[in-house]
Amino acid sequence: MSGVVNGEVLRLEKVHKSFGKLEVLKGIDLSVADHEVICLIGASGSGKSTMLKCVNLLEPVNSGRIVVEGEEITAPGVDVNRIRRHIGIVFQAFNLFPHMTVMRNITLAPTEVLGHSKKRAQSEAEELLRRFGLLDKKDEYPDRLSGGQQQRVAIVRALAMNPDIMLFDEVTSALDPELVAEVLNVIRGLAETGMTMVIATHEMGFARDIANRICFLDAGRILEEGPPEQIFSSPREERTQRFLQRIIEAGRL
Amino acid sequence: MLGGRRAVWVSAVSTLAFFVVIVVLVANAPGADVVRRGFFAPEHLRGAFPDVAVKFFLVNAQMFLMAEVLVLIFGLLLAVLRSLPGPVMFPLRLVAIAYIDFFRGMPLLLWLFIVAFGFPGLGIRGISGLSQFSYGVIALTMVYSAYVAEVYRAGIESVHESQTSAARSLGLSSGKALRFVVLPQAIRRVIPPLLNDFIGLQKDTALVAAIGLVDAVRTAQGYSTTHFNFAGYVVAAILFVAITIPLARLTDVLLARQQRRTQAGGGR
Ligand SMILES: Nc1ncnc2c1ncn2[C@@H]1O[C@H](COP(=O)(O)OP(=O)(O)OP(=O)(O)O)[C@@H](O)[C@H]1O
Ligand SMILES: [Mg+2]
Repeated sequence: MSGVVNGEVLRLEKVHKSFGKLEVLKGIDLSVADHEVICLIGASGSGKSTMLKCVNLLEPVNSGRIVVEGEEITAPGVDVNRIRRHIGIVFQAFNLFPHMTVMRNITLAPTEVLGHSKKRAQSEAEELLRRFGLLDKKDEYPDRLSGGQQQRVAIVRALAMNPDIMLFDEVTSALDPELVAEVLNVIRGLAETGMTMVIATHEMGFARDIANRICFLDAGRILEEGPPEQIFSSPREERTQRFLQRIIEAGRL
Repeated sequence: MLGGRRAVWVSAVSTLAFFVVIVVLVANAPGADVVRRGFFAPEHLRGAFPDVAVKFFLVNAQMFLMAEVLVLIFGLLLAVLRSLPGPVMFPLRLVAIAYIDFFRGMPLLLWLFIVAFGFPGLGIRGISGLSQFSYGVIALTMVYSAYVAEVYRAGIESVHESQTSAARSLGLSSGKALRFVVLPQAIRRVIPPLLNDFIGLQKDTALVAAIGLVDAVRTAQGYSTTHFNFAGYVVAAILFVAITIPLARLTDVLLARQQRRTQAGGGR
């Protein structure tokens, strides 16, 4: 990776992605600047998760380019494992490794991928756990943690790789309502440290607070994007208006 | 609490009564005496025991212990080959699938004959000229690895794909994701069915008598022809059964524990 180029961390150019005959992404263009926080909103099935998975190369794209820090990661023959070290992702379902303690969940990749010593990985993990109020859980197994704690550990696990950009895919939608805030607060804390983030979310209040820019995804396209004030108060597109209307009716804004 | 103690008493008394009735019935059945003399004569049980037991531990037990270790390794290798992703790995997958299909359908006795009588004639170094014992271990390992590979594979497939995604997204290679994330969970889940296959393997060491290896069964046979008495078979049978009972109970315990865990909903 050649570092941040012209202040840009991530760029998608005309990204197309199909599952069989179903075209899920129909030409996505997006540029994410260093320290920027982008929220992806849009109806279920609009392609938010697919887009994030493509950025992390968990799904291959059909055409178009994805560039991370000046390097085209969609080029043939790139080392996906090297690319992924720089991109942290946290999913909706808690994907902690159930047979490992919290500590081992966090130190696995730093030791096995980055080649850090166990001692170094552990002390860095402890530091992160302390920062997120989870230090007392370091020897627990995931099934002894609440959903909110599990999700915070998943975030710590991704951060332990010291990524240049973090992707979040509806990290609170599997949580009980009272646990949502603790996870969102962690993400807010990250935004304050200047972490570059792309966040797919249904939490509109949160998106409005945290995002520098909102992208409204509709049927595989970014139909509208802009600062939160504009998108939430005076959306230009009719479909955006309708989507937000439905959200308001559901009491989620 | 009182009810519990009463239940124990009732079951103890009913069990005792049941067996007393059975013993009385069997002892008074026609031919009971002949059976007792032919199979259970104490002097013959005692007489056959040393030789049969020695062969059981030196041949059968040693053979299944060795085969079990080899099966664990070779079966895992087959299962991993079979679940390798990507088009490049297709030939390896194909080989693994063909192997598993072939040996799951192959009767063990037949394969024992082919290995023990066929391999020596091939004149290939390292394969021909081995002992009968080695051929027994090889044949058992080859056949049982196919079963065990399928057991492992079921375990690998039971680990949700999101676990692999999570591992890969952290930058782990597919090999490391398999080794650190998928296999440990898979193996834990398949221990009970694996032990089940081992019970089968242990019993099937009795088949090596057919390739002329002097094991517990062959020794019992020898005793019966020289003494005109079947007590040797009884001794061998008791040994075989006795050694599988702990495994069977262990399987039960592990299965029950797993069931509890999944019912509790915690053990994801
Ligand atoms: N692996 C897959 N195979 C086939 N179709 C898929 C696959 N993953 C996603 N899809 C389809 O792609 C479309 C977009 O899915 P995606 O998960 O990206 O939507 P989303 O915007 O994240 O929705 P949600 O808000 O419900 O999470 C959906 O129609 C979905 O059914
Ligand atoms: Mg989604």
